[in-house]
Amino acid sequence: MNAGEFTKGIVRENPVFVLALGLCPALAVTNSVQNAAGMGLAASFVLLCSNLFISLIKGFIPSRIRIPCYIVVIASFVVLVELYLGAYQPALDKSLGLFVPLIVVNCVILGRAEAFASRKGIASSIWDALGMGLGFTLALVATAVVREVLGNGTLWNRAILSNMRPALIMILPPGALLSLGLLMAAFNWIRERGTS
Amino acid sequence: MSLLGQIAFIAIGAILVNNFVLQRFLGLCPYMGVSRRTESALGMGMAVMFVMTMASAVTWFVYEFLLVPFDLIFLRTVAYILVIASLVQLVEMIIQKMSPSLHSALGIYLPLITTNCAVLGVAILNADRFCSSEGIPGESLLFSVIQGFSAGIGFTLAMLLMSGTRERLDRAPVPRSFQGLPIAFIAAALMSMAFLGFTGLVPEGH
Repeated sequence: MNAGEFTKGIVRENPVFVLALGLCPALAVTNSVQNAAGMGLAASFVLLCSNLFISLIKGFIPSRIRIPCYIVVIASFVVLVELYLGAYQPALDKSLGLFVPLIVVNCVILGRAEAFASRKGIASSIWDALGMGLGFTLALVATAVVREVLGNGTLWNRAILSNMRPALIMILPPGALLSLGLLMAAFNWIRERGTS
Repeated sequence: MSLLGQIAFIAIGAILVNNFVLQRFLGLCPYMGVSRRTESALGMGMAVMFVMTMASAVTWFVYEFLLVPFDLIFLRTVAYILVIASLVQLVEMIIQKMSPSLHSALGIYLPLITTNCAVLGVAILNADRFCSSEGIPGESLLFSVIQGFSAGIGFTLAMLLMSGTRERLDRAPVPRSFQGLPIAFIAAALMSMAFLGFTGLVPEGH
């Protein structure tokens, strides 16, 4: 059962490509693979901690004020991440910028708290968070690979396309929307082929 | 630069050059989720504009009179999201009492705004950009409110453009894998490319 909770987040219910949640970071920080991986890990950490914590205290939260309670829990873990990045990873913190505090309103995290952690036990909540976090990170990295290779000719800051002029538009905001649209279509196509 | 000139640059910057949705990628979930029909897009846009303007003013007071004097700036994220969540609740209750017709138009969109990252985003941008600067007292409050209001206008503009496009897309022969969100993203990419044309309309740093 736990294996199912873990793997569903990676393909079948991928938070970005299938559920279309957490789109803002998926577009904004995918201009380089490093940024995408950093954001993916930061959001996964917050997701894991908040899922665990909310699953622990779900019995004490009155249902009418549950959303503000979840947001406070999530925001506290985001502050931890903010302070950690500011202290130990200043370069990453600077390039992610505004989107570190905005992990608070990442709908993947609130969505999992509401739809999963507030109903299920601790063990399945942890597996769910790990799977969803991995699916989110993979989706971000996939988008970033397309954008960094085409738009900058590099992959993880190493030059790989030396005989081609990079298309700057892929690094700029329109390239983010274009890559994510095409990747989503490719994802749909693969899923349709799998079911038919 | 004159005060009026600065206000004009902030407004043009937030509406066109750094459009919150198409260039900064803030508030994409409602942008993609509620832009299927023009009426709902307009309703959502109005609600966001209202809450963003209010939130810009309220978070300025929280920042200047609570966080800075008590040296609690590291709690900014927690404080802001709590302020925004209670503000949205308050706005909803006030609208319900004052104007039931407005409430029935905006009602279903208001709770969604709490998790709209454009609102928290504009509050944080205001604090980063204006609050540390020295100037006439109250100047940063004025600039924050202007930026909040203009960002709301930019959001509404992008929503309206997108809903018009999507109403047409519904009737277009789109390949099966592209139906729904993928084609909407590609349309948004073209729109964002057009908005790149506004780059350079305001000087650097605005």
